[in-house]
Amino acid sequence: MKGRTITPILFLIPAFFLLMLFVFYPIVDTIYISFLKKGTGDFIGLQNYRHVLFGAVYPLVNTRNIVLGEFPMGSLIHNILWIAIHLPLTMFFGLLLAVLLRDVKGGAILKSIIFLGMVTPLVVGGVLLRFMLDVDAGVANVVLRDIGLGSFVRDWRAFPDTALISVILGSVWIWTGFCMIVYSAGLQGIPVELYEAAKIDGASRWKTFWRITVPMLKSTTLVVVTMTVLWELKVFDMVFVATQGGPGGASRVLAYDMWLEGFYTPYNFGTAAAMAVFLTILTFGFAAYMVSRMSKS
Amino acid sequence: MKVDFSSFAKTLRTRKLTIVVHAIAWGIAFIWIIPFLGVFMSSIRPYEEVQFGWWNFQSFHLTLESFSDVWVGKTSSFPLNSAMMSSLIVTIPSTFIPIGVAALAAYSFARFSFRTKDMLFLIIFLLQAIPQQMVIIPVYTLMNNLSLLNTYMGLILLHTAFGLPWQILFLRNFFSTLPVEVEEAARVDGASYFKIFYKIVLPMSLPALASIVALQFVWVWNDFFFALTMIQTPSMRLATQIIPANVGRLEKNWSLLSAASIIVTIVPVAIYAALQRYYVRGITAGAVKG
Repeated sequence: MKGRTITPILFLIPAFFLLMLFVFYPIVDTIYISFLKKGTGDFIGLQNYRHVLFGAVYPLVNTRNIVLGEFPMGSLIHNILWIAIHLPLTMFFGLLLAVLLRDVKGGAILKSIIFLGMVTPLVVGGVLLRFMLDVDAGVANVVLRDIGLGSFVRDWRAFPDTALISVILGSVWIWTGFCMIVYSAGLQGIPVELYEAAKIDGASRWKTFWRITVPMLKSTTLVVVTMTVLWELKVFDMVFVATQGGPGGASRVLAYDMWLEGFYTPYNFGTAAAMAVFLTILTFGFAAYMVSRMSKS
Repeated sequence: MKVDFSSFAKTLRTRKLTIVVHAIAWGIAFIWIIPFLGVFMSSIRPYEEVQFGWWNFQSFHLTLESFSDVWVGKTSSFPLNSAMMSSLIVTIPSTFIPIGVAALAAYSFARFSFRTKDMLFLIIFLLQAIPQQMVIIPVYTLMNNLSLLNTYMGLILLHTAFGLPWQILFLRNFFSTLPVEVEEAARVDGASYFKIFYKIVLPMSLPALASIVALQFVWVWNDFFFALTMIQTPSMRLATQIIPANVGRLEKNWSLLSAASIIVTIVPVAIYAALQRYYVRGITAGAVKG
């Protein structure tokens, strides 16, 4: 539709105004603030960045602990660990459940229930995690006790070496529903004829899965990976409720660090802004990379 | 008569496989559901019974006392009644205002051509990846200057703006699939663009609008970060803010914490149940923000 009117511009004005005020301007201003000194507002270049990376009490990259293999290793490393553990697990379970529940009686109901994790507030997810890991009333420790691993019974959140991994595994439980639903939709998009042809050729289920299902889900997988990694990088609520980043910073992540730095203690907007910029470089860079990959394939 | 043993064996094998697949599927699904089961069982039983595990059934009493307790905040917990109300006051406008704003912009992108359109669109696409942390410091200062800090109005404005990018994308994609002939005919009959938009385009877009309502409602209701930084007066806190506060107060009282969790979760679950088809469609369209 073509018309020489100003209507299209008028239609954009409300959205433009709101985005300008609460998104564009704040993004630019956050970058600007990240170069300023707390209190005085002096321009100090990259000092805030250097400070949060290596100099702070809880640096984003704790080189000493990384070498020793101890926690905390720094939020940046924790986020990377999060991706390294969470991404393959949620994708594996999501695809497995999508494939299994497709042909199983009652599969639709089970899918709906598993997907509930996705509509549950993440603060509640944090409560659930505390509950499951509780020494007295938690499921996890009882299972350990029952299968003869009683010596492993403990509050997993309370120890530096297991706090992070326990929150990560809890978040696998929450997020798998997302991967499952997207993969289910992807499975529906695969033409039935392909499976029929494979059956006529006498291909085994296993072979059918690897030769037809997996390659046909390639674009779905790109979407799943993009959304999952963005979610992993932005994770905040669960850490806030389940561990408060502790013990001793062992389960801190970037988003949580940024909040502590700017809004809890030490109330330093400069260094908090630098952390936000680090986080955004990761999310924005990854999104841009995946978008260019998607448009290529 | 010759019996075909090989095909008999084959059906037997397929049947065995089917049983195994069912067992695995139901098994994994059951493990996934256990945490929900635990919360549910703990919430409807007195604390003394679930203290050492909700799976102990030596004594079993049903009670809804935990729910009424956290609702009014009896056992030194923060009450949920006013917080649930506050969450609704914030969530409902934060769901419907951005839809109107986004629909106007999306229609403009879908139907009109003007210079710099593609550029604007790419920017909006990439905005989806921006974390809340990247805007919160200037927004905090700005809201303070506008006297909107610690008000529901400020939080609603923020959610409205932050919801726009993915909604514009989602709706533009939908509008592009609508046939333009009807709109052109209306145009010939002298209808204005705005009239065409809300008399013809919006009614045809109800399924897409339902997807946005479902996703945005659940997203705003579940949000914690914006609420945490914007709302500071304890009596004004939203439902998601009460949960961590109660975790600190109630420590290990799993009956009360479970009841509180269920009360806060029931609203987004109800929205999901009512609009499931649209919710899932919105998610699978790749138009979800995290």
